Amino acid sequence: MQDCRAGQESFAALRQGHMDARVDRWETSVQSAPMPHDHSGDAHPHSLLPSDPALRVKALETVLVRRGLVDPAALDAIIDTYENKIGPKNGADVVARAWSDPGFRADLLADATATVSALGYYGRQGEHIVAVENTPETHNMVVCTLCSCYPWPLLGIPPAWYKSDAYRARAVREPRKVLADFGVALPPDTAVRVWDSTAEVRYLVIPMRPEGTDGLSREELAALVSRDSMIGTALAGAAA
Amino acid sequence: MTRVHDMGGRFGDGPVIPDPEGEVFHDDWHGRALALTLAAGALGQWNLDISRHARERLGPDYNRFSYYEKWIAATADLLVENGVLDASELTGDATDAPHPLAARKLAAEAVSSALSRGGPVDRDAGPAPIFQPGQAVLVRRPADSQLVEGGHTRLPAYAAGARGKVLRCHGNHILPDAHAHGLGEAPEPVYAVAFPASELWAHPEHPRDEVVIDLWQSYLTAA
Repeated sequence: MQDCRAGQESFAALRQGHMDARVDRWETSVQSAPMPHDHSGDAHPHSLLPSDPALRVKALETVLVRRGLVDPAALDAIIDTYENKIGPKNGADVVARAWSDPGFRADLLADATATVSALGYYGRQGEHIVAVENTPETHNMVVCTLCSCYPWPLLGIPPAWYKSDAYRARAVREPRKVLADFGVALPPDTAVRVWDSTAEVRYLVIPMRPEGTDGLSREELAALVSRDSMIGTALAGAAA
Repeated sequence: MTRVHDMGGRFGDGPVIPDPEGEVFHDDWHGRALALTLAAGALGQWNLDISRHARERLGPDYNRFSYYEKWIAATADLLVENGVLDASELTGDATDAPHPLAARKLAAEAVSSALSRGGPVDRDAGPAPIFQPGQAVLVRRPADSQLVEGGHTRLPAYAAGARGKVLRCHGNHILPDAHAHGLGEAPEPVYAVAFPASELWAHPEHPRDEVVIDLWQSYLTAA
């Protein structure tokens, strides 16, 4: 998940060509392969798929499309939704409104689900939202130690670090050391409240509004709100 | 303890390595794995709790696999376990015969409404809350599922036996411990419970730090 990113594009193109060739070989070879007779009851069916992960996904898609169970255009539409339509700009809009409109802020803190739904921010993995506000006394941070729960309609798909073992294991026990990995240092008298998303409630952190932003428009304020600041691993106005 | 996925508080995982803002899928197949998992789920043969448990049951592969490898492996397992595909089809021995579930295929035009509809888990049914905000509670110990041996639960092991204070009640939600095993929705109150870091860790970073965990009523007793 945390590959070196140098030369990523050319590497991806290279690998894609490599994989296409391998998929062709796989499809050819399996047609002559014998039927597997003796699955052990303990073996996971997934172990029957090709070992290369990208090829594994391709193989499963191929089978499901052939059986009429999956529409490849639907897969494109899902990917397009989270690459281009639903992402942290939704959450940043909510934060900018909370900073600039005391009535909105009060509604958000009282009933975030209804308040963000009214803006159209509702859907899968965001059916039950709670907004938590950072103050000089308390800094909020969100984690899912058991999997990767995250407010999709407000922040999109979680970043790789949020899903990493290191973050899931450490955020609850040593939040300040985790914040240091992000280059964030809190004042010594600020307490940290870590929210472990163990149920279907999704938490949105409202970061503190940066100093010197009094005259800014809502759009200008939203531009100060990074994805990480709404998870609690960054401060607003200091995008990672 | 529950299973390998239950890693809150564990030592030895090294640094968190931030990735850039704006990156959604690091590799093309990541997005494809996510989309395929969602589209397979739309066939209606399992629910989200069953799906999470399928990832937790990957065993040693859970640690070996990257994030989306877990997703795709669990999806393949669920398709076979639920009789949607035959295991032989995963080795490429596919038939083009029309599938009885093909009528339930998620159409491209239906993606937007399916994603925006979501799947709320709050229910009117179930017991009334027995704890109030401000009340002290004790987390059940041991933390493993009470319903099914080795079964799915959302009670993290690091909280077992800890004493905390109810911050808020979220209302009645589906109980994953039941829902992941075909035991119905069994909704019950869910609470955000705050624990002082010193209640959970031998060496807390700060005297006023807290961890808040969402916990179902059956995970708790009055302190």
